[in-house]
Amino acid sequence: MTIWLAVIGAGIGCYLLKLAGLSLPPRVLEHPVVERVADLIPVALLAALVAVQVFASEQSLVVDARLAGLATAFVLLLVRAPFLVVVFGAALVAALIRLWT
Amino acid sequence: MTTAGADRRAVIRDSLGVGIATGLYGTSFGAVAVASGLSVAQTCVLSVVMFTGASQFALVGVLAAGGTPLASALTALLLGSRNTLYGLRVGPLLDWRGARRVAAAHLLIDETTAMSLNRPDRSLARVGFLATGISIFVLWNLFTLLGAVAGQALGDPETYGLDAAVGAAFLALLWPRLSDSVNRVVALAAAALALALVPVTAAGIPVLAAGGVALLAGLLSKHVDPTEFPESDR
Repeated sequence: MTIWLAVIGAGIGCYLLKLAGLSLPPRVLEHPVVERVADLIPVALLAALVAVQVFASEQSLVVDARLAGLATAFVLLLVRAPFLVVVFGAALVAALIRLWT
Repeated sequence: MTTAGADRRAVIRDSLGVGIATGLYGTSFGAVAVASGLSVAQTCVLSVVMFTGASQFALVGVLAAGGTPLASALTALLLGSRNTLYGLRVGPLLDWRGARRVAAAHLLIDETTAMSLNRPDRSLARVGFLATGISIFVLWNLFTLLGAVAGQALGDPETYGLDAAVGAAFLALLWPRLSDSVNRVVALAAAALALALVPVTAAGIPVLAAGGVALLAGLLSKHVDPTEFPESDR
């Protein structure tokens, strides 16, 4: 039930954030600190999400097949592979490593 | 007249290309979401109602890591705040009011921003926004359902490496912003802080706390980020 609450609540919240952007006067962005922080938030959050998804296992840090998946993704991004290839390529490498170890 | 029509057709063609490429990766979101413990219904509602990829991946990623629904919702909202930034930028350009603005707001995401910014006039910006937004909305939801049903049929996600796919998805979403050196420093600091907090805080907190790095860096630096708005050259 609480997962439903998060899904609906955050979904509506994300819509309101979009609507606010189209409705607020653009001068809100004229404060340089607001602009820089707003701009750096996705960088910091996405980087933290990468790290936690790859190394965290509940409360501990581990190195496992997920790291090989991330390395695969890194290489695929370097050669400008499309999103789907990057994501499923990482999954494939992690699955193969688990199969052979 | 014919030139205007040709411009329009070119914008629609580019927009549909972006729409198809982005819509298809709804498959990966669907598969990852059910692998993270969401039901097929929750996964599909998320794609319809939230409709902003990074926030959707964040919500399911935090839940999969054992975070509370509240932490997952807050992370999704923080990531969703970048759409506000996009709206402030494309709002005056599109200049929709009333019901049209309320409807268009739902389609305000990275791709629609990229495909409407830098158009020579309002009409082409609107065409780019709508053609991209509508094609992504239809395909993203269709392929989310497909991925969710396939993911559920597959069974244990770890066998297929789907848990590793989540980190790859976040790296791919982060990638375009890493061309800037200040962003790379912020990314590394945020990742390091999050990992340091994993053993000592509840799941979900490390990622939220990493948002503090953005706050600190924004207050301290005078840097203007060239990757701030998504590019349309894809």
